[in-house]
Amino acid sequence: MYISHSSLSLLLPSAPAIQIRFILIQNRAGKTRLAKWYMQFDDDEKQKLIEEVHAVVTVRDAKHTNFVEVWQKDLLDAMSVLGFRNFKIIYRRYAGLYFCICVDVTDNNLAYLEGIHNFVEVLNEYFHNVCELDLVFNFYKVYTVVDEMFLAGEIRETSQTKVLKQLLMLQSLE
Amino acid sequence: MPAVSKGDGMRGLAVFISDIRNCKSKEAEIKRINKELANIRSKFKGDKALDGYSKKKYVCKLLFIFLLGHDIDFGHMEAVNLLSSNKYTEKQIGYLFISVLVNSNSELIRLINNAIKNDLSSRNPTFMCLALHCIANVGSREMAEAFAGEIPRILVAGDTMDSVKQSAALCLLRLYKASPDLVLMGEWTSRVVHLLNDQHMGVVTAAISLITCLSSKNPDEFKTCVSLAVSRLSRIVSSASTDLQDYTYYFVPAPWLSCKLLRLLQCYPPPEDGAVKGRLVECLETILNKAQEPPKSKKVQHSNAKNAILFEAISLIIHYDSEPNLLVRACNQLGQFLQHRETNLRYLALESMCTLASSEFSHEAVKTHIETVINALKTERDVSVRQRAADLLYAMCDRSNAKQIVAEMLSYLETADYSIREEMVLKVAILAEKYAVDYSWYVDTILNLIRIAGDYVSEEVWYRVIQIVINRDDVQGYAAKTVFEALQAPACHENMVKVGGYILGEFGNLIAGDPRSSPLVQFNLLHSKFHLCSVPTRALLLSAYIKFINLFPETKATIQEVLRSDSQIRNSDVELQQRAVEYLKLSSIASTDVLATVLEEMPPFPERESSILAKLKKKKGPGAVSVELEDGKERGELNGGGDRGGDAAIAASNASTPSPSADLLGLRSTAPVSGTTPSAGSLLVDVFSEAGPSATSAGVNDDGFLSSAPPTVASEDPAPPLPESDELLNKFVCKNNGVLFENQLLQIGIKSEYRQNLGRMYLFYGNKTSVQFVSFNTTVSCPGELQSQLNVQTKTVEPLVEGGAQVQQVINIECLTDFIDAPLLNIKFRYGGALQNISLKLPVTINKFFQPTEMAAADFFQRWKQLSQPQQEAQKIFKASHGMDTEVLKAKLLGLGTALLENVDPNPENYVCAGVIQTKAQQVGCLLRLEPNAQAQPGEQMYRLTLRSSKDTVSQRVCDLLAEQF
Repeated sequence: MYISHSSLSLLLPSAPAIQIRFILIQNRAGKTRLAKWYMQFDDDEKQKLIEEVHAVVTVRDAKHTNFVEVWQKDLLDAMSVLGFRNFKIIYRRYAGLYFCICVDVTDNNLAYLEGIHNFVEVLNEYFHNVCELDLVFNFYKVYTVVDEMFLAGEIRETSQTKVLKQLLMLQSLE
Repeated sequence: MPAVSKGDGMRGLAVFISDIRNCKSKEAEIKRINKELANIRSKFKGDKALDGYSKKKYVCKLLFIFLLGHDIDFGHMEAVNLLSSNKYTEKQIGYLFISVLVNSNSELIRLINNAIKNDLSSRNPTFMCLALHCIANVGSREMAEAFAGEIPRILVAGDTMDSVKQSAALCLLRLYKASPDLVLMGEWTSRVVHLLNDQHMGVVTAAISLITCLSSKNPDEFKTCVSLAVSRLSRIVSSASTDLQDYTYYFVPAPWLSCKLLRLLQCYPPPEDGAVKGRLVECLETILNKAQEPPKSKKVQHSNAKNAILFEAISLIIHYDSEPNLLVRACNQLGQFLQHRETNLRYLALESMCTLASSEFSHEAVKTHIETVINALKTERDVSVRQRAADLLYAMCDRSNAKQIVAEMLSYLETADYSIREEMVLKVAILAEKYAVDYSWYVDTILNLIRIAGDYVSEEVWYRVIQIVINRDDVQGYAAKTVFEALQAPACHENMVKVGGYILGEFGNLIAGDPRSSPLVQFNLLHSKFHLCSVPTRALLLSAYIKFINLFPETKATIQEVLRSDSQIRNSDVELQQRAVEYLKLSSIASTDVLATVLEEMPPFPERESSILAKLKKKKGPGAVSVELEDGKERGELNGGGDRGGDAAIAASNASTPSPSADLLGLRSTAPVSGTTPSAGSLLVDVFSEAGPSATSAGVNDDGFLSSAPPTVASEDPAPPLPESDELLNKFVCKNNGVLFENQLLQIGIKSEYRQNLGRMYLFYGNKTSVQFVSFNTTVSCPGELQSQLNVQTKTVEPLVEGGAQVQQVINIECLTDFIDAPLLNIKFRYGGALQNISLKLPVTINKFFQPTEMAAADFFQRWKQLSQPQQEAQKIFKASHGMDTEVLKAKLLGLGTALLENVDPNPENYVCAGVIQTKAQQVGCLLRLEPNAQAQPGEQMYRLTLRSSKDTVSQRVCDLLAEQF
């Protein structure tokens, strides 16, 4: 049987669930600075998700939580590729950039919120005061950083020291 | 620390990116991109072989162009070539391109797999990690086939580098999730579990995700992980904030690993080993203690990391639900968070407390926070926080605080976010009924609900208030008075008119003594709303009018005049016209006695669970848990399970017939006016009273229902079931009538009817020969377990079947609980002296006891989410054996017995259904989703079928049955 790539496999959350569905970095204008997908989506679906995530996070302010359970908004349609309502978006804003991570609705909000921050601190060290342009010009390195810290939709490594050491080592291989 | 300059290493790439950024318009960007694409294409096609650096640079540019949102249709081969480079940076770009861009069913996959294989065996940890990350990112079946055997070896090998182990563990997890059949853990299980003891915390962090996933699927095989996880957790929790160095985050030791450990433990019940359990309880206490200690840092990162662990620990405490002390401590801790200045914490505390409210140990402790929660409902700015507060109020509600909570929820409803109003209405309605001490309060509350949020008051809610009023004579007068007053409002909601019409039609006489609400005043009040109402409401009002004629003879002339008017008797709506004509006639010709009988007061409704509760259960957020728990014994009653007695009105509309729903004429009263309300009437006909057309000729005696004597058993042993009997069984899953079996001598036809947990089957045995069958004898047996699951009664048949004749047999079936096997039917007879002995499976399958359930999309999704435990779901992916004709599919799904829900699935190609399986022991709600990939080539067409129900055996059985139907 040859099924894993047919459109079927995209739609339902087939148990066991994937923890992280995707990680997005977007700026306020909605330009994507990183999109890392842990489920298979086709290009249209990705585009739609990117737009919807931007729409839900940018309207929120400091009085809001850092968590969006998508059923609160009428986004079910757009988000249906993620499976029914069993996901949420955890996001944090850094200057003009929104770091968003879409996880299972049962996942630990604060752990992923700090997961984002841990990731941002690594980027900050690696790019020495990271700014949006670093992510643009070094997009291919950002993917390496992501893979060091998150893999297969799970947290792979949390030690900033270990990740940076590894990144330094890889850098020396240029 | 390293500072990476802009695009170092690839100047050409940096220049290109700058160019794109400098483009003033979309057109300019496209132009620049096209120029670049032409350039790259010519380089790739050129005679000069490109060096690795150039190839890397161009592939990276292509990737950038793709990420900007443009299609890339070349360069894949060059990317694959990069994989065999010896330089890390070239390899990395090659792998990145493939991870992002190569469709997993690309023909290049073999080349890619080859490169991965080389890198995996290179013993170079950097290259191994790149290869593993590529597998983890793509995760295709071909990759699983190629590497699922190799990766566990890498994961547990003694000489594998730590970073490679981390990647291997998660790579394996990805393959397991995508292709569980290809990942065989058997021999590796123990060594994988022992990764929890690994020196390297990063390895543990990665491996534990794999172990958690495997444990949730095979808890027994992995149960040794519990004690290892507890001791690991204990070491982390008791370590000083600096002990773990690299893994300490803002003075919190290993927060992510702690969370993952606590989550793994939630796959299991509390440890049985006392020492392990003691150690775990100690850990949980330490975590709770730490929450009370002064923070080691003012940074939010510190408190977030600390609280991440705390919330996970509380989840585990709630999961165990066995340590009262810990539950109460958890509740107190959350209580502090309810007033925290961080919105995140308030939100999470409300969410977590909702589950605590359902534990008998912490319910009281939760209740002490009522004022804070009410305040949150009123003041929180984030609607999601207010929603949580409402959920929690619902969960903490009991007799002692119901009035306060219901009042607060009602007042919140006036300003509530539209998205949550319907759910709020249901919750208020349920609480009002559940905790009503005096029913006038209940009636007031529901009428207030209709007044405040009439649009969101579903049928279930207003049906329910009518049921209750009808069943309680102490509140009828009050109800009549209150609706009468409510109807005085110049603008009142149509739902109010419905309730008013129904109640005044039944109990208007109780307030008619007051001249301010004399019969005519009542009638005029109702009729003043008539023109503003929809057809179903008008139909209901017409029925109320005829009831008025019976209650108050003095209104007869006025009402007859209304009925006689052209706008009624010639109404373009058939139903209204018919009612007007019939009621007019009935009121003119029937004697007072007949009228009084036909239009007598509705009989009490049989007491049963509120259908509102059923609706909320389908819809509910976490807040409904507590009520559901308390209602444990009733919870099976999902939908309309009660006797059909007085439920006519409700049964009629639940079945969503095209006719106006609420018919005031009850079941009993329809008999004399048989045929006057055909649409409602047909629903009232008992399935069992209309036997098949040939049944009557065979003289079936229904008196012996479920009590006939067992058939005599023939001396010869029954033959084993025919090999094709399973196939024959499958033919009848989605239909009830047809030919079950046929050979040269005998034809067996079937006709069957099911209602709730009862079924009746007529078997027609046709003698196809011209010679008589003698000693004709049939037996039905329930093998093994089935005996206790199904109650099957048969009537014996005549032992002689003439040539060309047909005999009939009735089989009564009662479903006691859910079942898998089918009853066996054995037929023996002699034909020309030779004994014929045939055994078949009777097509009685669990789905026959489905009762369809209509629900809206939101309810469906909510309910679906609720049934998210792995064992509640059964799923099959299978090839289509027939075409994917929409109508055929729909017919089959309807035949299954469920309701086919339209406009629920966002993808219109998919089908979703809902139904409740009725057994004597319980009722099992069942949701179904069928996804065809209709676009695929014929022969490649597949379905994915997913069943979720509250009972694992039911999910599995229905899934198995249905998978054979397409």
